[in-house]
Order: sequence, then C-alpha cells, then structure tokens
Amino acid sequence: MKIIVLVKQVPDTTEVQLDPKTGNLIREGIESIMNPDDRHAVEAAVGLKEMLQARVTAVSMGPPQAVDVLSEAIGMGVDEGILLSDRAFAGADTWATSTTLGRAVEVIGEYDLVICGRQAIDGDTAQIGPQVAEYLRIPHVSYVSGIESVEADAVVVRRRLEDGFERIRCSMPALLTVIGELNVPRYPHVGRLIDACREKAPIKVWNVADLGLKTAEVGLEGSLTHVVKTFAPKFQRRSEILQGDTRTVVSGLLDRLKEIRVI
Amino acid sequence: MTVWIERELCNGCKRCIQACPYGAIELEDGKARILERCTGCGACLAVCKQEAVKSDIRPREIPDFSDRSGVWVFAEQRGGVLHPVSLELLGKARELAEALGQEVAALLLGDGVGALAETLVRHGAEKVFLGEDPVLRDYRSLPYTDVIENLIEKHKPNVLLMGATHVGRDLAPRVSRRVGVGLTADCTELAIDPGERILLQTRPAFGGNVMATIANRFSRPQMATVRPGVMEAREIPENQGEVIPFPVELSENEAGTVVLEVVKEERQRVDLSQARVIVAGGRGVGDRAGFEVLEELAGLLGGVTAGTRVAVEEGWIGADRQVGQTGQSVRPELYIACGISGAIQHRAGMMNARYIVAVNKDPRAPIFQVADWGIVGDLRDVVPQMIEQLKSGALG
Repeated sequence: MKIIVLVKQVPDTTEVQLDPKTGNLIREGIESIMNPDDRHAVEAAVGLKEMLQARVTAVSMGPPQAVDVLSEAIGMGVDEGILLSDRAFAGADTWATSTTLGRAVEVIGEYDLVICGRQAIDGDTAQIGPQVAEYLRIPHVSYVSGIESVEADAVVVRRRLEDGFERIRCSMPALLTVIGELNVPRYPHVGRLIDACREKAPIKVWNVADLGLKTAEVGLEGSLTHVVKTFAPKFQRRSEILQGDTRTVVSGLLDRLKEIRVI
Repeated sequence: MTVWIERELCNGCKRCIQACPYGAIELEDGKARILERCTGCGACLAVCKQEAVKSDIRPREIPDFSDRSGVWVFAEQRGGVLHPVSLELLGKARELAEALGQEVAALLLGDGVGALAETLVRHGAEKVFLGEDPVLRDYRSLPYTDVIENLIEKHKPNVLLMGATHVGRDLAPRVSRRVGVGLTADCTELAIDPGERILLQTRPAFGGNVMATIANRFSRPQMATVRPGVMEAREIPENQGEVIPFPVELSENEAGTVVLEVVKEERQRVDLSQARVIVAGGRGVGDRAGFEVLEELAGLLGGVTAGTRVAVEEGWIGADRQVGQTGQSVRPELYIACGISGAIQHRAGMMNARYIVAVNKDPRAPIFQVADWGIVGDLRDVVPQMIEQLKSGALG
C-alpha cells in the first residue's frame, strides 16, 4: 500500500498580536509549526503503515524552511519527504495550490490513499483536500473522524456532521481530509528526528520544472482569485475604557448595560 | 514571482507598507524597500498610486463574461430539512442580484424534496432548479458535483453561493475545481463593485488580523461560501418563483462513495447563534474552574458560556461552544469577552454582536478595539465583582 500525506507549515496564529499604532500584525517571534490538522493526517498515515505495511510519502509546498515539517513527519514515522519549493509558487490561491499539490501526487504516481488535514489554521478554507481530489479525479471524504477498515479497493470511514456522523465506504484510490477527533498524534522519535534533520535525510526538493508545470499555472500568476485590498477591520464601537477601581468600573459597566436595556 | 520598487517613482507614501500583510516592506531613506520576507503575494501592487511597485507578473486579459447572468444559491437540505444558511444566502443573493439587475435562483437537489421549493421562493428565489433522484438522496460529493456541473454549463450563472457547512465546504471546492473557477471560503461580506460589476468577497485572511477583499475576475461563476449566521434571511411573501425540474442522469457506479449509515448524535448542543447573552472565555481564564465562574455570571444574565479555540483545545469548554472562524458565528445582544486577546479568527465569529464588553489584563489586547466597553484588569477580580453586584440587587 502507498500513502501520500500532504502537510503545511503555518505560523502559530494563537500567538498573533496587533501593533496598537499601525494596526499591523506583529510577526516577530511567531513560531512556525506543522498545521494541527495535518499532524493528525500524518498520524493516520503512520498508523495505517504499522497495520498494513504501507510506504508513506509526505509532501509540502512552501519556502525552503518548510522542510522542517517534513523532518518532523519523518520523525513521526513517514518514510520520505518531498518539498515543493520555488519562488514561482508564491502567492498561490487554493486553485493554484491544488494544481501544484495535485501535480506532485501525479508525478509520484502510485498511491492508494492521499491523506491531508481538513484545513490550515492560517487560511481556514478547507478547500485544498477536495480540490486536489478533483484534480486527480478520485473520490474524497472530508471531515474524517474515524477510519474503520481498509479493504482491497475501498476504505470505510466516519465523516463528522454537525449533528452526528456518517459511515461511508469510499473506493480507492481516494483522498481523505481528517479532523482532530480522528486520533492522538505521536511525538516524533528523537533519533529519527535528528536523522531527518541531517543532510542525507530522505527529503527531495522539487521546483516548478520538476513538476512539469509552467510558471503561469502556479503561484499568483496561476491563481483565479486575487486580493483586491487588505484592511484592518474597523468597527463602529464606543471603545470606552472604564477607569477606576474594580468596584467602580464594574458598577459603571452595569449602569451602562442597564441604560441600553441589555440587563 | 518577484516584486520590486522603482525607487525614482516612489514618493514614500507608505501605502504599500500598510497594505503588506507580511510586514515585508520598510521605508529606507524615504523610499520603500522590499525585505527578504516578501512572499510575492502582490497585495502592494494595487495600492501604489505612483505605480512604483513593479512585478514580473504578466497582465492577464479578463475574458468576456457578458453572457453570464444569475445569482445562484445552493439550497442545502439533509433528510428533507433545509439548512437555515440556505435562506440566509437567498437574502444576500437578492441584494446582489438587484445590484446587478439579474435574477436569483436556488439549486435544490435530493430525493422527494420538491415541497421545499416553496420555502425557497418565499425567501427570495425567482427560480428553483429541482433535481430529484434516488442517487441524490444523501449528500455525496461526486453525484452532486456532476449535477451542478451540468447546470452551470447549461445556464451559465454569474455567481454561485454555498453555506460554509460540512456539506458546503465539501461540495464548493469540488465544484470549483470541476468547472475551473476560483472560490473564496467563509466570506463575512459580499457586495457588487459598482464600476467593475464583480463580486467583492471579504474574509479574514493571511492568518492574522487583516480582512481581505478578494475578487474572482478570470472565471465564472464567481463562487463563495458563507458561514451560517453571518447573513440575514428575509421573508418576501409576495415573491413569485418558478420551479424548474430537470432530468438527472446519474449512475450509482460512478458515485465513488456509498453512505452506509447516518448516525444522529443527541449531543447537548447549545445553539450559540440563538443566545441573547454570551459570556466567553479565552486563554486568560486559565482553567476549568475559571469557566465555572463565567458560567455563574452567564446564569445571572440569562446567557450561556462560550470559548475561544485555545479554551477548547485546553479542554476548559466543549468544542460545541467554540466561537470563531473554526467555531460558530454568533450575533447576541451582549458579548462579554473575558481573557480573550481578540485574534481575528475569534473576532470573525463575534463581531456581529450588538454590544461587546472586554475584560483583559493587557491594555494592548486587540479585543479592546472592537469593544464598546473595556475593563483593563484581572478577570479573577472583575468577574466575581460583577457577580456580587448583580446578586446584591443591581438587577432590581
């Protein structure tokens, strides 16, 4: 069995703060991490590998430093990593990203399952999984919360719904997008992780030419959606900071809430 | 792609610096300079009045889409019950269609669901495309995509909206890739640009505290998903609509998936979207006991508690109470944010609250910028004080 797992390096957005003067994002000191849902995808792939003797390849698109998430994936038990890195990939929307990742899976060639996280915390779109599946013309199941069994040419999974779940049999090759409920990711094995960070680690770097794509098909140029403008959200709020000791500010607040008849 | 500054054209106005989501431009000797951290996203290109920001991107021709007409809404139903987001989208679609001088259509797919068409018409649909077949009984990505692809090819709509539900977020990307169009997820605002007459799609972006307005100039239909609870449904009793049944030719063999079982779970799901008062906690609450105190305050105010992603991940509160980009969107009368810094992912879910109160130790926390009233202080002092004053008859 061959499994391909798609992972992304993201800024740890739980730590994000605004510069009070400019309203801009303070980016200094924000750590890069493996996207949380993707960690569950790696765990799922490595878990299946242990049960079914699969070979697992992790693929990531990103700048050179994104190699760290591939090392981490290898530390968790993935066999090899492929980093898709090229200036031409920059500024990609989900259309161009799914072209790039989908093409990489095609170039790898043989696979039974592609597993990825439901969504990345820096974009929250949840679009890449289904779009890569459509690029590859294979069926997919998103929001996978359980993998029940793997048969010869199909996989039986649970798909999380807002008010319960579905049990679905999906023919293979297939793509699954997974959510945190699926499993508890293991920590990377220290020895493996150290090896995975060395020069001879089983990690390849592919650029746009290695994928056989044109620069016009990827990155900002290959995107179908474009940012017209960005702005710090403005709100018509009173923005009144109440002053005084705790007793005073609380009674002041309750007075105001009574005034507007909320309490 | 690469972005650079023509120094002789730059007048040091700093517009590009403000537009850069990555903080990758700085001013040097009164001229903008692009730093290594530039990702080539292109956000600075549009804002430069001097045309001093250059890139090696080739300008792309915008195709002629004058034959494209109609604002479509995917009407999500499961088990014969319409998802409320479908009606919310119709309310918005009506507004967009009026601005364009085009009509609103709903796509209703399933098996034996024709009776729902009337509800869609009453909420603004002027046409309901009705596709009924046993293969469409349970939602499945491939059969639904096949049907929608055929409809799009035949009728050439201009805009297609879907709810950002577990179904919509599965179907929309599949359809967009199939018909070759861009897609913007989880929009909080949709509008028609009066000049270009394109759909402007606004959403929180770049994983940070910025909103981005996104356009889809190069493909049709312009596709977007919208979270439940963000738009408002409007009943238009006098609206007239036409139901257009169309033949569905699908083979079960090509569906790719079989739904073996649908299991409903009686989770004690709190419907935050209906709550009048929400007391929400974040990292600053510190532990589960802290949430019990918030619970007491919420009880006194006739409200419910909610939490940020961090609070949910720490296990202080259930995932069904998460407010934000990955949780629920809420619009209560009063939202009290305790120990919440106010990252945009959280604000995306609560900025439609009528009144917002913030309690936080850090005066720099972004939450204060969106609050009506702020208290800078330790919530461990402030919240018990609120409880005490409310109990001692301040309510009377």
